[in-house]
Amino acid sequence: MPKLKIEDLQKIKQRVQQTTNLREGKSRAKITVHMGTCGIAAGARDIMDAVMEIIENNNVDDVIITTSGCAGLCSQEPMATVELPGQTPVKYIDLTKAKIAKIFDGHVMNGKIVADFVLGVGSEQTH
Amino acid sequence: MEQLNTEPTKTTANAQKPFRMSVLVCAGTGCVSNNSFKVMEALQDEIKKHNLEKEIQIVGTGCNGFCAEGPLLVVQPDEIFYAQLKVKDIPLLVEEHFLKGRPVEKFMYTPPEGEVAIPKMSDIDFFAHQRLIALRNRGLIDPEKIDEYIGRDGYTAIAKALTEMSPAEIVQEIVDSGLRGRGGAGFPSGVKWQLCAKQDSDTKYIVCNADEGDPGAFMDRSIIESDPHSVIEGMLIGAFGMGASEGFIYIRNEYPLALERLHVAIEQAEKYGLLGENILGTNFSFKMNVVRGAGAFVCGEETALIASIEGKLGEPRPRPPYPVESGLWGKPTNINNVETWANVPIIIDRGAKWFASIGTETSKGTKVFSLVGKINNTGLLEVPMGITLRDIIYKIGGGIPNGKKFKAIQSGGPSGGCIPEDQLDLPVDYESLSEAGSMMGSGGMVVMDEDTCMVDVARYFLTFTRDESCGKCAPCREGTWQMHEILTKITEGNGTLNDLAVLEALAEVVKDTSLCGLGQTAPNPVITTLRYFRDEYLAHIEKKECQAHVCRELNTYIIHGDVCKTDGKGCGVCRRECPDKAITGEKGKAHVIDQQLCGKCGVCYDVCNFNAITIE
Amino acid sequence: MSTQTVTGIIEKYNSEPKSLIAILQDIQANQRHLPKDALEEVATSLDIPLSQAYSVATFFKAFSLTPKGEYCISVCMGTACHVKGGKQVLEKLERDLSINAGETTDDLSYSLEEVHCVGCCGLAPVVTVNDDLFSKVKLRGVKRILKKYGEK
Repeated sequence: MPKLKIEDLQKIKQRVQQTTNLREGKSRAKITVHMGTCGIAAGARDIMDAVMEIIENNNVDDVIITTSGCAGLCSQEPMATVELPGQTPVKYIDLTKAKIAKIFDGHVMNGKIVADFVLGVGSEQTH
Repeated sequence: MEQLNTEPTKTTANAQKPFRMSVLVCAGTGCVSNNSFKVMEALQDEIKKHNLEKEIQIVGTGCNGFCAEGPLLVVQPDEIFYAQLKVKDIPLLVEEHFLKGRPVEKFMYTPPEGEVAIPKMSDIDFFAHQRLIALRNRGLIDPEKIDEYIGRDGYTAIAKALTEMSPAEIVQEIVDSGLRGRGGAGFPSGVKWQLCAKQDSDTKYIVCNADEGDPGAFMDRSIIESDPHSVIEGMLIGAFGMGASEGFIYIRNEYPLALERLHVAIEQAEKYGLLGENILGTNFSFKMNVVRGAGAFVCGEETALIASIEGKLGEPRPRPPYPVESGLWGKPTNINNVETWANVPIIIDRGAKWFASIGTETSKGTKVFSLVGKINNTGLLEVPMGITLRDIIYKIGGGIPNGKKFKAIQSGGPSGGCIPEDQLDLPVDYESLSEAGSMMGSGGMVVMDEDTCMVDVARYFLTFTRDESCGKCAPCREGTWQMHEILTKITEGNGTLNDLAVLEALAEVVKDTSLCGLGQTAPNPVITTLRYFRDEYLAHIEKKECQAHVCRELNTYIIHGDVCKTDGKGCGVCRRECPDKAITGEKGKAHVIDQQLCGKCGVCYDVCNFNAITIE
Repeated sequence: MSTQTVTGIIEKYNSEPKSLIAILQDIQANQRHLPKDALEEVATSLDIPLSQAYSVATFFKAFSLTPKGEYCISVCMGTACHVKGGKQVLEKLERDLSINAGETTDDLSYSLEEVHCVGCCGLAPVVTVNDDLFSKVKLRGVKRILKKYGEK
């Protein structure tokens, strides 16, 4: 990696936003599994494994899988966020392997939010 | 339709007449990076041009999470939602909608169908009252990818600091922001920086204290796990402002994930040249080191922490000289806590004025708390200073589980105190919590209900400080030991009123004469519980009674034969678990505890699935 | 963890006295305790008095002069775990393993320790076994945890 100049920061930012904002329509969805110490203790790793397994078994190649830190609400871990292009992110709570499979099938593949496992839509207030 | 979170900014404070229209502009990070500030400025200009300032108010709001469609704008009372606005769209929008009252359809956002029944994050109490500044990237970025941090305006603050500001201006900005140390004592960070910047020395060090030792607290772990670069960038800015060229992050070895993510972050920052020589092509260079703590609470104290980084015993030494004059290897050293450092980039980015507009007169900005114990929503929260404890417990925390009654909230860890019900309307700021006998501390908040015994809590904390006392000074070493002995005596039902008097006297002595903060604050849990829950001490002493049934020596465990037989069918779990072999009975029949043999361990009570055992 | 020699660990830190704690941490992680000869080698290589190495080795809780078990079971005694019954979990483990907190089983399989908060308070009470973390532990769940690590 080359050493950055100040103008490079802007370039990286634009590049990242193109990929993480799902604006370009190249990806069907983005799934973020929240993996802080709490999340992992509550079983986030199993959720991640389950997602990877589903993707492999179904030959899905247009879903972005990513991890992130704690979402804050430890008592309802493990949690994951699903975001489809042009829609608000949806947070799911108290996940199990079976639940994430249903969410993958319903929300990610067919665009129908699985209301039973939803905490809420949108994000928190930052700044 | 997506409802924006309407947190009014200070600009609305002087409003005398009601506005006929409010324009809510999302000023969350996502929208800010989509130029929402410029859109807001353009709006202000345009509204002024049409002389509408007295009729229309503009409000910057927090993120509604719909960053992909930003910048977002909601017009009230019409509830019209505009998305992806550009500066050039503003004149038309103002003229058509605000002046002529004709909403502009082509800028409007139409939500996808089927979202109506889902609650919004901004409507969920746990999140609605939070405001994320130090935790601004939590759950939104992959902490192991530096690009994602940069994608949310990461490292723009250090770029700004290096190219547009002088070191003195940076320090002044932190002074003006009113930021105070988030590690516990709340010393103004800017003043500390000024003192360090003033030192005339060729070598200076800065340190990030991530030796989060308070039991019941995990703010620093979570910040490092979810956003390690915010700490690194904060330290870079501090180093440039104070003239330091090397920094240390002293982190607990008990946090393996945080440690790993920190290493990844530093490695990536080094590869990008954001750490090392000539950062971002400037003359500024900075080297970052990570030092693992080895399990000593006292190392959270500045001078002990310094000794430990030097590879020595983690014992505190008398101050002065303060670390800012003579710290690591005798050089001027500035130490700040993780959360303090994480606040720095955004203060430089958004300005001191913005930061100082949040919070109270003396406590600016937000504070991160870990909310745990007997509470429905456990977790990590960040709230504006000045919020009441009641709001934290009942609105964010969702109250006490199982219909139990609230008893106390403990803040400040072993240095803090327990605050009772009648003080819950206290605003959370450094001064109010101190006046109540507790302290802000690093941010651990443990909720206690009617099943918590306050004498036992005091004893618990004294067990902690007794074990963690480094032993260097006598008041702390012997005082915590003696206080612990007395408290144990009381919880076992052998205390006297004289013990209580001695305990109180000891608490004052230890507080006044200990060498470092650990000893000086160790009596706080005792002092506050005596202040607010004296009746519980008296019940233990005079009636030999623990109302919460926690002090097991004072309990009598009784099996209700009928419940045991009918509901539990004499399952025998308690009999098998009893370490004293005090329980007898056959399967299918009622069991009995032999009180002579009972060691009062309480296992039978804990394992019984049928509530057949009660405590008297 | 791969076995590193004491010499290798010392060299990794360039025999610098300021790295004393880090060196001891690595030896502890590698050998599950600080053997006498290792401490002597460290003191000689770093050119510090043996007494200094010993003082650091006995001051910090992370170090042990006697060997720890293969599985180090730590019961969190943080405030949240305390009010949610961590002590009862510890006592149950003491009974099941027939050792007290701070001790190691004779076959060097298990060590049982109290730890002052692992920072996972939202999921109290918490027990860790080496790098694995168990949350919301119930007395009935203790057996299952031990089983996972091959209780003999």
